Amino acid sequence: MSFGPFLLLALMEGMVTSAVLALAAVGLSLVFGIMRVVNVAHGEFFMLGAVSAWFVSQWVPGPPAVAFAAALILCPLFVGAIAALADMVVLKRLNYEPEATIVATIGLLYILQQAALSFYGPDARPVPAPFNFRVQLPWFGYSGYKIAVVAASALVLLGVWRLLAKSRVGLIMRATQYDRETARAFGINVDRVYAGVFALGGGLAALAAVLIVPIQQAHYLMGTDPLLLSFIVVIIGGLGSLRGTVIAALLIGLSDGVISTFFAPTLAKIVATLLVALVLVFRPQGLFGRRAL
Amino acid sequence: MTLSTRIWALHLAVLAALLAGSVLLPAYHQTNVAKVMVLATYAMGYNIAFGYTGLLSLGHALFFGAGLYGAGLLVQHAGLPAGPALLAGILAGGAMAAAVGLLALRTQGVAFMIVTLMFAQAGYLTILYNTAWTRGEEGIVIAREARMLFGHDLSADLPRYLAAFALFAAGLVVKLWLVRSPTGRVMIALRENEERSRMLGYDPYARKLAALVISGLYAGAAGAAYGLLFGYVGASLASTQYSILPLLWVLLGGAGTVLGPLVGALSMFYLIDYSSAFTTASLLVVGVALVLLVLFAPRGILGTIRERWLKWLP
Repeated sequence: MSFGPFLLLALMEGMVTSAVLALAAVGLSLVFGIMRVVNVAHGEFFMLGAVSAWFVSQWVPGPPAVAFAAALILCPLFVGAIAALADMVVLKRLNYEPEATIVATIGLLYILQQAALSFYGPDARPVPAPFNFRVQLPWFGYSGYKIAVVAASALVLLGVWRLLAKSRVGLIMRATQYDRETARAFGINVDRVYAGVFALGGGLAALAAVLIVPIQQAHYLMGTDPLLLSFIVVIIGGLGSLRGTVIAALLIGLSDGVISTFFAPTLAKIVATLLVALVLVFRPQGLFGRRAL
Repeated sequence: MTLSTRIWALHLAVLAALLAGSVLLPAYHQTNVAKVMVLATYAMGYNIAFGYTGLLSLGHALFFGAGLYGAGLLVQHAGLPAGPALLAGILAGGAMAAAVGLLALRTQGVAFMIVTLMFAQAGYLTILYNTAWTRGEEGIVIAREARMLFGHDLSADLPRYLAAFALFAAGLVVKLWLVRSPTGRVMIALRENEERSRMLGYDPYARKLAALVISGLYAGAAGAAYGLLFGYVGASLASTQYSILPLLWVLLGGAGTVLGPLVGALSMFYLIDYSSAFTTASLLVVGVALVLLVLFAPRGILGTIRERWLKWLP
């Protein structure tokens, strides 16, 4: 294969990474933007989404497409419920004090990882894709499912944007983000908003994982990479900025695809992590954001 | 008894008890306590940054790893004897802390945590990337012949215990002296109210950098000693988990107490050791301990004791 098509393939792979990353990162960004909580356990919500998708694919009979559709609905709900529970039992009692919540979510990370190891085991297991067809390009065939992932992710992101910008629920969320005390004075149940936002963040990570799991197998340690990449995306995009997060996800996903194809993947990760550290040091509001961390 | 005598008497008594362990403890526990003393030295360094100066770093594994690999690679590839390698490891930890601190200390709070986390992750990935030298996840096993210090074989039980004790004792005495000195008082002032200490004429950036470098020297010393005493230098020892563990030990023992890191490391080590008899879920123990600590005992064991009974505990 010559250079041009090879680059195209790298970019298409990068698009799939970007699509999934954008979903996971928007979840992290929402939680930070509205609750001011840095959720270190976010990657484990992603992992739980993938692992629970495997369980659903085992329990639901019939063609893979039915089981996959069920996983697409059930897994985000399940993970969202766990997230809401964690918020109510732990984070709320810490009064969302920044350093205490980070330590607590590190604890949550280990608890969820161990739970997955104990109930699911150390093996990586595949989940069948809902459909299999190849899109034949002049130079190579490409998985139709991967293209569907990109489309699905775009739809969900559009939905999240509409929810935040146009709906009454979004208005309440933004009011809480803007001023928690005033929102409370206007009769908004801030506790419920926080639990809901944490559930939404976890649910988005789980949804991203369900979409990726037919391509990448489910494993109990799979949460680490999405966590770091989501952090990178959210920081570069500017914390709490939805548009910035999506743009940064595209930037990171595409460059990850290209660099990993032509150079070593580890080198790509080293460059990305150092870049983020330096962005935080010299431009703490991110490349697109307005507020500092 | 004056306050100062009382404080020194308590800490020297703890050291005497640990020294007595070299003859009283059975072999299995001797190895464990030797390991705990090295890890507690690491945690003491972490405590200087976090407990006393208020710098919550999530990247100390980078400094521990710098000591570990600084010593390990020199022994393995340059054939350096254990003594100079240990010194090189200590300096590597301090130098790494200075480099990270120069940049990371421009940020505060959550941003500082994430910046240190990212630097440590980049360091961990660099170790994996240079597999030819570091042998990555698999790690380097340091041969017994290379682990001789002043004619003593560090792979044997008793010399290893005594070497770990010497490291810990030196660390403890220096730390006790440091936190009661004027420098230590300024560190605590920075933790309590940075603006007020700035108003009093102290430079927060320089003081925090100094505290972080001292912390890095401790971490480097512990890392180098870990590699030389236990003969293993592997990437897992520089992973994020090794940034979290000293935080856990310090929180458990009591942040901002001199003996807290030892108490925390010792109780956590034996908690996991005993729980492994009936469950393999060691991660669960770590996770639950962290959550319970921040929820119910944010001051840790010695912090609570100090608050209730022993007000004079440093």
